[in-house]
Amino acid sequence: MGNNLDAITTVFTEFYYWLTVALMFLIHVGFCMYEVGASRAKNKMHTLMKNSMIIPLVTVTWFFFGWWIYWAVPAGPGITGGLDPDGFAAGYTPWSDLMGTNLSDRISGVFWAAFLLFSWTAASIVSGAVIERIRSGAFWIFAVLVGSVTWVIDAAWGWHYGGWMVQVLGYHDAYASGVIHAIAGGAALGVLVHLGPRFGKFDAQGNPREILPHNPWLVCIGLFLIYTGFWGFYVACNVPIISPETIGGQISGETWTATTIYLTPTTLSAITFNFLMSLAGGMLVGYTVSKGAAFWTYSGGLAGIITASAGNDLNHPIQAMIIGGVGTYLAYKLHFWVERRFKIDDAVGAVAVHGYAGFIGLVICGFVLWGHPSSPFEGYATISPWGNFIGAIIMFWVLGFLPCWIIAGILKGMNLLRIPEAIELAGLDVHENYGTDAKNAELQQAELAHARELGLLD
Amino acid sequence: MSTTGIDSWAVDLADIGAVYPFQGTEVVMTIIGVVLWIAWHVWQIKFENKTFEEDEAKLRQQHSMEETIKRQNSLN
Repeated sequence: MGNNLDAITTVFTEFYYWLTVALMFLIHVGFCMYEVGASRAKNKMHTLMKNSMIIPLVTVTWFFFGWWIYWAVPAGPGITGGLDPDGFAAGYTPWSDLMGTNLSDRISGVFWAAFLLFSWTAASIVSGAVIERIRSGAFWIFAVLVGSVTWVIDAAWGWHYGGWMVQVLGYHDAYASGVIHAIAGGAALGVLVHLGPRFGKFDAQGNPREILPHNPWLVCIGLFLIYTGFWGFYVACNVPIISPETIGGQISGETWTATTIYLTPTTLSAITFNFLMSLAGGMLVGYTVSKGAAFWTYSGGLAGIITASAGNDLNHPIQAMIIGGVGTYLAYKLHFWVERRFKIDDAVGAVAVHGYAGFIGLVICGFVLWGHPSSPFEGYATISPWGNFIGAIIMFWVLGFLPCWIIAGILKGMNLLRIPEAIELAGLDVHENYGTDAKNAELQQAELAHARELGLLD
Repeated sequence: MSTTGIDSWAVDLADIGAVYPFQGTEVVMTIIGVVLWIAWHVWQIKFENKTFEEDEAKLRQQHSMEETIKRQNSLN
């Protein structure tokens, strides 16, 4: 920190991102609540642990290699440049002295954490789809794969200001319709194809049955909390304040600005308008199309935000509302069509709300922002329908579906993907519940004995 | 000499970088951390398989499946 202005800017930026981390923690709390609520009571504690252990596993792997990957592969490598094109990745190896208490670098840990919380979210999206029949050991391999490898590659390619997809395709995805949501939805679908539906999900004629959540109220409050954490997600995707000189691109003059992650100008005002209007559009359509079902109304709000997110740095609020509504309608219809046609049991609609809505949002963004510069730097492709469509394919299918489909196939072949049939029928919490009756009976006898001692019973 | 390399705060902070203890052992710490992480997955998968085997055996020996399913589905 060279002078007071530098110091204030640094401290403000540190605190800004630090606050986003605390807010984004709520996304994970929300995911746990809605996933546990959506499960049947006989599986609830196992479901909670399956999601909760994402936190330590993705955190340590993010430290060991995830953060390095983000800085190492934006150019492919081999597409627009080599490994570590900016020279930053060398500073983010787990043995670098910047990855610890260092008085010459006060912000790397905060950036690291903000991206880590994105990683938890990516892994957590997959978690909900596969509840009640996946082995925890298998799921945690997918959590590391998505949370610390595949989503990071897509972020380097399509979110990093020097990513090859931004340079070559003009790919634009300001608040991660594809970078987080489409890839995680695609990953969930890849696992579900091999995992298969829960027992009883389809009748003998192949018609889907509704497996009711054990606590619908918890599901909805969980989704409410995800909305709350989404505020942190949105602001974490921005650079809060930066000068044209620091950006070093084509912007002239001395007006400091907030920017997207691509260093293209936007405002906190814009993303506040658009976050809320796309949420509103999604909720209105979710309520309408589901005839007032609480789960799909809340999920619709989420799908609305996710659909509009790619372009919410620039959209008009009414555009954000309409885009959110369109994405929610299509995601809802696709969920039930895929379920019936392909017998895919997506327990919480994660593939639809995140995957389909994210994919659709990228495509819409390509049309709505057609011709807008994707970067402040010279020589980058502008935003286009084909650039964002190719980007959506890469996110959902290439980096989302394919790696998880392959790994799920291998684990299935090793009999490590799905829980034994007897355990699924009895419920995953059966292990914890053994002995519960005996413990309760013992406690009851002790209480009765004490009541007799007190003369309260004969 | 301290473990952090800082013996006194009579310094210009502009000259100070890393201050965590045992600098120079980062590669060793990374190797230990990665081994522990992979070992945890191996242990967890074995533990989970063993637990399932035990529970399946109990379901067959001590409890009727019907009783267990009814009991588990009556939980709130």
